[in-house]
Amino acid sequence: MRQPGFTEALLDPARAVPAGLTDPQGRPAGKRFDVYRNNVAASLTAALETAFPVLRALLGAEFFRRMAGIYLRQHPPTLPLLMFYGAEMPAFLAHFPPVQDLGYLPDVARLELALRHSYHAADAAPVDPAALEAIAPERLMRARLRLAPALRLVRSDWPVVTLWQMHQPGGGAPPEMRAEDALLTRPGFDPAISPLPPGGAAFLLALQRGETFGAALGHAEAESHNFDLGAVLGLLLKGEAIIAIDHEDNR
Amino acid sequence: MSHAMKTLAVAGAVAAALSAHGAQAQDSAAQEKCYGVAMAGQNDCAAGPGTTCAGTAKVDYQGNSFKLVEKGTCTTIELPGGRMGSLEPLDRDLPAS
Amino acid sequence: MLDSRTNRPEPLPDGAGVGYKPQHFSNILEAPAAVSWLEIHAENYMGSGGRPLAQLRHLAERFPISVHGVGLSIGGEAPLDQDHLSRLKHLIGWLNPASFSEHLAWSTHDSHFLNDLLPLPYTQATLARVCAHIDQVQQVLGREMLLENPSTYLAFAETEMEETEFLAEIARRTGCGLLLDVNNVFVSTTNQQTDPHAYIAAFPMARVGEIHLGGHDMQTDAHGAPLLIDSHGREVVDPVWALYAETLARAGRRPTLIEWDNDVPGWPVLEAEAARAAALLAEVPA
Repeated sequence: MRQPGFTEALLDPARAVPAGLTDPQGRPAGKRFDVYRNNVAASLTAALETAFPVLRALLGAEFFRRMAGIYLRQHPPTLPLLMFYGAEMPAFLAHFPPVQDLGYLPDVARLELALRHSYHAADAAPVDPAALEAIAPERLMRARLRLAPALRLVRSDWPVVTLWQMHQPGGGAPPEMRAEDALLTRPGFDPAISPLPPGGAAFLLALQRGETFGAALGHAEAESHNFDLGAVLGLLLKGEAIIAIDHEDNR
Repeated sequence: MSHAMKTLAVAGAVAAALSAHGAQAQDSAAQEKCYGVAMAGQNDCAAGPGTTCAGTAKVDYQGNSFKLVEKGTCTTIELPGGRMGSLEPLDRDLPAS
Repeated sequence: MLDSRTNRPEPLPDGAGVGYKPQHFSNILEAPAAVSWLEIHAENYMGSGGRPLAQLRHLAERFPISVHGVGLSIGGEAPLDQDHLSRLKHLIGWLNPASFSEHLAWSTHDSHFLNDLLPLPYTQATLARVCAHIDQVQQVLGREMLLENPSTYLAFAETEMEETEFLAEIARRTGCGLLLDVNNVFVSTTNQQTDPHAYIAAFPMARVGEIHLGGHDMQTDAHGAPLLIDSHGREVVDPVWALYAETLARAGRRPTLIEWDNDVPGWPVLEAEAARAAALLAEVPA
């Protein structure tokens, strides 16, 4: 057969139904081919609706559905795992003419993608918080914290966390213009999103690169002179996000 | 900040984080974590809803995108870099790819 | 539920199972006697961790599990996706399920996954390709698989074999078992305007390791002919129950699954469908 031609006609309704496809009487398949066209478009649209509920609320269900129809033809899934479908959505939104003026949309999409990746990330047992307290500060400064695989950071020039919270059950305040960095942690199995205080993202990025606690603190303080370390550690403990403390002497 | 002050500040931050954590930890203790809201996996082997228009709709945004978006919350959000909910109607078809 | 000598799981029991949906997790554990086994879609359990895998581990301690793949594209013209095959091997490896099944269909072209079970012409060339892919899957997984008959909406001018003959020949050449979806038989024979009873009579029942039942939608084609859609969004209809009884009379008891993927109902509805299948199974002499 000719699966390339079948595929092209599936995704492009303007193309003719491929030759050699028939109804039981041997007449051209016509509308019968549309069943397959529809299965592809409807199922991928549904997958995008599930993946991006906040984007959908922002844009309205009808607009989102029409936009999904365009997206799925430009970016069909490249993996048979639909739970990760939509990786190109931030870039798509950045260049999709009808939403050019809504600069925050790509970051909302990045946050919703990060949420799904956090949900499906590997499990890891957190350290006992008491272990952190037992370490002398001098020694902690030289230690390296390992963070949970489910931890994600989304840095944004927009109030991305507030936009997301506004669309959760119970709602939230309308956003005011400010940059927000989102921290995703997964205590147990449910991802949680929190805004990071200034310097928090620099601190966590440094830890993710394998830098010491002290070096990470230096990066955070370079970004924000009143960096709130206690608040960030609190978020990490609450989010069960510290899974190991590696000391220099046993590396 | 001197080195001694810095380690003191770190110790204080750790203590603050721990005491805040202790207060919360009791709330969520002993939950059976398998039970809970699922972010559903999405692969299945069902067909879609027949021959409805999703599969055959023309990719056409001619002039109608502004009307379509009116039910979205973006029309109520005021952030700089654009007018309120300013989705631009197009005066041409978008290319399919 | 392992055979201690071989470390192989026991086969699926000849009872009624349901397609597992996470929203039914607590219902299932509260009254586990309602179903005798569960089926999952492989691709939904290919993440690295989190609740989906935790639930699956929990359920697998209590129920025989059937892993049903929907993304391998066994009928694809291109070679099988090695990465996907590796993911499948990993899942089958740690879960050691009672059964693994996939579809006589294709879904991937040129690294684009189309998320539908697309049809194949039944020719010698297709036969050779599908058999080669099944050989490869069975070799990689180290076990026999079941292959499911598809729902089809159109025909290929180039087709030269009956679907039953095609499936029987695949089973003969590869040693794989077959998954007989009775709703698919009803959908396809209606859409192809052929006889469902003749299809059942011709099906190689000795190879059937599992039966599927599900609901479909009814439409018409451009000429007013009935066009059934395999939507898995409602109850199994009476003519399909009748065809199922006819199948059991020929095949004997077989593990039977209720599939419901769209507009998934509350547990009692699904449980009632499973009970109806179980009642028909119980009438079959063991």
